[in-house]
Amino acid sequence: METVKLTIDNKHVEVPKGTTILQAAKQAGINIPSLCYMNLPHLAQEHKPGSCRVCVVEIPGKKTLVPACVTKCTDGMEVLSHSLRAINARRTVVELLLSDHPKDCLICPSSGNCELQKLSINMGIREINSVENAAISTYRKDSSPSLLRNMDKCVMCRSCETICNEIQTVGALSAVNRGFMSVVAPAFEQDLTDSPCTFCGQCVAVCPTGALTAVDNTFHVIRALADPTKTVLIQTAPAVRAALGEEFGYTPGTLVTGKMVAALRALGFDKVFDTDFAADLTIMEEGTELLNRISRHLSGDKSVRLPILTSCCPAWVNFFETNYSDMLDVPSTARSPQQMFGSIAKTYLAEKMGIKRENMVVVSVMPCLAKKYECQREEFKVDGNPDVDYSITTRELAHLIRMGNVDFKSLKDEDFDRPMGESTGAGVIFGATGGVIEAATRTAYELFTGKKLEKVDFYELRGMDGIRTATIDFDGTDIHIGIAHTLGNARKLLDGIRKGMYNFHAIEIMACPGGCIGGGGQPLHRGDSIVLKARMQAIYKEDLNKVIRKSHENPEIARLYEEFLGKPLSEMSHKLLHTHYFSHPKK
Amino acid sequence: MTKIKSLDDLRQRKQQLEQSMEIRENSDHPDSLVQIKVAMATCGIASGARAVMNAFVEKIKKEKIPAVVTQTGCMGYCYAEPTVEVKKPGMDPVVFSYVDVAKAEEIVDKYIRNNELLDGILPANYQTI
Amino acid sequence: MYKMQLLVCGGTGCRASASAKIVEKLNESLASHGLTQDAQVVTTGCFGFCEKGPIVKVIPDNTFYTQVKPEDAEEIVAEHILKGRKVKRLLYENPETEEHIPDSKHMGFYQKQLRIALRNCGFIDPENIDEYIARDGYSALAQVVTELTPQQAIDMVKQSGLRGRGGAGFPTGLKWEITKNFTSDQKYVVCNADEGDPGAFMDRSILEGDPNTIIEAMAICGYCIGASKGLVYIRAEYPLAIKRLQIAIKQAKEYGLLGDNILGTNFSFDIELRYGAGAFVCGEETALIASMEGKRGEPRVKPPFPAEDGYQHKPTNVNNVETYANVPVIFLKGPEWFSSIGTAKSKGTKVFALAGKINNVGLIEVPMGITLREIIYEIGGGIKNGKKFKAVQTGGPSGGCLTEKHLDTPIDFDSLVAAGSMMGSGGMIVMDEDDCMVSIAKFYLEFIVEESCGKCTPCRVGNKRMLEILEKICQGKGNMEDLDHLRNFANVIKDTALCGLGQTSPNPVLSTMENFYDEYLAHVKDKRCIAKKCKALATYTIMPDVCTGCSVCAKNCPVEAITGERRQPHFINQNKCIRCGVCYTKCKFNAILVQ
Repeated sequence: METVKLTIDNKHVEVPKGTTILQAAKQAGINIPSLCYMNLPHLAQEHKPGSCRVCVVEIPGKKTLVPACVTKCTDGMEVLSHSLRAINARRTVVELLLSDHPKDCLICPSSGNCELQKLSINMGIREINSVENAAISTYRKDSSPSLLRNMDKCVMCRSCETICNEIQTVGALSAVNRGFMSVVAPAFEQDLTDSPCTFCGQCVAVCPTGALTAVDNTFHVIRALADPTKTVLIQTAPAVRAALGEEFGYTPGTLVTGKMVAALRALGFDKVFDTDFAADLTIMEEGTELLNRISRHLSGDKSVRLPILTSCCPAWVNFFETNYSDMLDVPSTARSPQQMFGSIAKTYLAEKMGIKRENMVVVSVMPCLAKKYECQREEFKVDGNPDVDYSITTRELAHLIRMGNVDFKSLKDEDFDRPMGESTGAGVIFGATGGVIEAATRTAYELFTGKKLEKVDFYELRGMDGIRTATIDFDGTDIHIGIAHTLGNARKLLDGIRKGMYNFHAIEIMACPGGCIGGGGQPLHRGDSIVLKARMQAIYKEDLNKVIRKSHENPEIARLYEEFLGKPLSEMSHKLLHTHYFSHPKK
Repeated sequence: MTKIKSLDDLRQRKQQLEQSMEIRENSDHPDSLVQIKVAMATCGIASGARAVMNAFVEKIKKEKIPAVVTQTGCMGYCYAEPTVEVKKPGMDPVVFSYVDVAKAEEIVDKYIRNNELLDGILPANYQTI
Repeated sequence: MYKMQLLVCGGTGCRASASAKIVEKLNESLASHGLTQDAQVVTTGCFGFCEKGPIVKVIPDNTFYTQVKPEDAEEIVAEHILKGRKVKRLLYENPETEEHIPDSKHMGFYQKQLRIALRNCGFIDPENIDEYIARDGYSALAQVVTELTPQQAIDMVKQSGLRGRGGAGFPTGLKWEITKNFTSDQKYVVCNADEGDPGAFMDRSILEGDPNTIIEAMAICGYCIGASKGLVYIRAEYPLAIKRLQIAIKQAKEYGLLGDNILGTNFSFDIELRYGAGAFVCGEETALIASMEGKRGEPRVKPPFPAEDGYQHKPTNVNNVETYANVPVIFLKGPEWFSSIGTAKSKGTKVFALAGKINNVGLIEVPMGITLREIIYEIGGGIKNGKKFKAVQTGGPSGGCLTEKHLDTPIDFDSLVAAGSMMGSGGMIVMDEDDCMVSIAKFYLEFIVEESCGKCTPCRVGNKRMLEILEKICQGKGNMEDLDHLRNFANVIKDTALCGLGQTSPNPVLSTMENFYDEYLAHVKDKRCIAKKCKALATYTIMPDVCTGCSVCAKNCPVEAITGERRQPHFINQNKCIRCGVCYTKCKFNAILVQ
């Protein structure tokens, strides 16, 4: 490989040709600060508008300073990252950013997690040189069921714009206005709820400041817990246990399932359940639906729509309702695990526990912002009472635990309550891209072939590639499977299907990079692929640790069908576990 | 419009079109040209200056003489109209009197082409605005 | 065969003063006098002498009529065309000698000019391609595509020494060569007609007066770099330029001078127009390309340059209108001829839009190396109303203010930069003793703040902060620390802004701080505006010996700061005065003193 030699702050560095100064400096142990730069190697996306000018460095002899994030190293280059000129410019740039930023750091939702705050701290900025009462660009606040926009805090790094447009192809956010009033907003500065936004929350995940944040439901939960008339249940999504630890100082990829359960109990939840249980239930319904469609297809029924698309991901559901309203009969009608859980809890379980629906509060902990919107959808309410009352994120759970004065690290592992805490490895892997379809395969194989599946690990379905395809041998019948994560990749697959390019039987789609582990409600990872991979490994480790790894072998699921639902796709199942989709070509 | 299909085509087209622009091209560098000024005040017009002017225009065009024909106001020689001033590059202007169409041709042939002076020259001792 | 022609300016400026109506009236008068066979009315592009428009020039005697009104048409025809008597009252009058100058060749305004880019403006009918062809139009293209290889043609442009007229002065031939050397299935030739500097109208005038020259030059460029597509990015606010360009493109296509197999060769070239919404930043080439692609008009980091990664990610050559306007001449007259004009490193001419406190406001084209003194005093006819020259601003919002001491500097790309300004696209605004240089800097900064795209921090926030400081200073609230901050912000913006426009945006502030620091100090320390432009700094007093005690000022004062007995000198209470200036404008006896 061709290399170039240069010096950075008098350190000799040799790097491959094409390396930027920022990368080369990192290699030399020099951390040049940056703000707008965002590297997402797992998505093959490097966001480098070179616009914040925080990373400017001096190259003696050059007319101007250069941004390290986009300037490529050349042979013999001399770079000074902390010359007086560079430091003064960088400091002035950060001061300028601060001068146009609200100073409410103490109560900002991103306090402690804010990149601008970090820059200010690291540079030791103690005063902001500008005129008194310097203008701050302010904008209308916008709230939605999932996210909040307070664009007074926007630093115009445009990471959200890249995520929303390039990765997700949702196109809800782009820069509007000019000059000082420039800001990232939906077209015509309309509300997010009127925009094509799917509430995937990836913009929140990459926002370096408090401009884009999640709706906070923690106090609703605290109030419910304090209400003696309410029985408060909590369900925890698979991806939460693989990331919650990060909020308490554990290295990424540390599984904290037992401590999480213990913490929830300590907080006073009456029952601590697992969304994995509902994931197993999803497999029963969706897997059966898949087999039905395949059998009909194989018997020559031309009216059957294949491939079947998974429907667990609420951002994905929003996406196809908005962009593919002509294909609403393609996705599985199965509700997401969150909603299946709520629906069973407020019927089957409520009856079992002998409490009234309205006295039961179902809380979900999700890695997701779209879940907040999903649980408010009208079709998931009975007489105005939602199946799931409140959805909180992994980050909110961490807040709750801290607020509840629980010393997380010292907790002893505990186990979920029964019956809805019983789950299989198949339910756990819902948290990673490819997991839903792998879980479905484990069950569908046995149901389709009538044979026992010996090897349950389908490595061909795992990984971080944006679009993956695999063919699984169902004892002589080839089943073609597609997997996409990020909505941009989903769009590619969907457009191909619309044109009749593919012959898939089933496709799994997750809106977030890496699946739910990379959700917008997770501890902020700012696109760090190492963190995502560690969480993914944790998910598969949890699967491996489970005794039962096929959904249909979950004894509590079997009991649920026996006692209550009958069989998959029964009338009762349809009423409680399936849904229909609405066209939102608006947006 | 017919298409211009080659370099020669373009050259021919240019030559055809040049004439219409000649009057402007010439006005751009009048000092290097013969300047013929026909007095076209009421007295001049009454004495046939318009016909004289036309004659000059036709003649120089026919003979391809680098000259520019302009009109001017009354030169003050109303008795001698039509009067015409001719200024050759680097020479003093000469004013001819009682110019008619025939004399116009003669002026071109003799004075402009061969520097031969003709009868009826008036002293040029005025200034035009 | 017409004996006379009446050239009527059809540029936007003269059109605004009813020049189209003049054409109509002239034709009517010619018809009524039976002169339609003798004289022809031609609508041309801009003559440049916009100060005195509308212009009617009578050919062949070069009679230059100024400020012509439609009702003057009959007199021009009846007197001048019919009787040969020039209409004296419409002739240009030398402001110093008060002498009427009938022949435009003898006007100071034109004497020092050398028209290359503007060679056809005010001379031909821009809506008639034949007149362009008659003036050797498309001969350069014909020569290039039939006789030269692309490299030979590029070498000629390089030899000529032509540098980009859009601002930075990058060598044009080199730019073409770099674009040529990138291989691609498609390349683009882009003409930047997004003239955005305040007060600049060079490119508009060229497009209005001689659109074919741009088409020809773009085709030549296309041949050189291997592009078959040309795009003109033009402001939608230039409807006349757009119309004339459209006509020219249509006529060129009909003649086969655009389209497939031009002049029987294998070379094909086509031009499309793209309309800009008039954002200053879209004059920056990467922003322009983004805008043409339908994206937000904002610059991106260079490299890669458009020559490598331009429109639709294809190699793209971007030059501005005036640069292209020079190209055909280089081939017609030879690169040696072109490079014989100008200075060592800046060849040829430059078109300037001369404006401000100067007698002859208008469009001029002068050889590089001319001095500001020649431009201001000889071509421009000196400062208006005999006032004292203070500064000249060149380069628009990216440029700076030059002073008395720069008057004799030969101006070219490099000398202007050395003097703290820049050539820019050619705006030239003259200021006199009544101009407050702090306010001037503020004006340009207001423009920058308004037009900043908002992409990079220094330009988006920094310029706003600088403007706030200048506003504070102009309100008399500034302190010495503010001047330090102002200078630091200016230097950091210059050092860190993303695009060329951002990097040069502090120039008006830096150059006025450099050359007129005493004015800044006067504002900050003495709370005085020497030019009396900053209202908040003015002190209004009543001169008791002049005041008649009419009490008009007191009646009009909105804050009742003026008191006094009737028929006795009045008095302004400075603590109450809000410096609105109403007393000054209302006083009939000039008794109010402003300091």
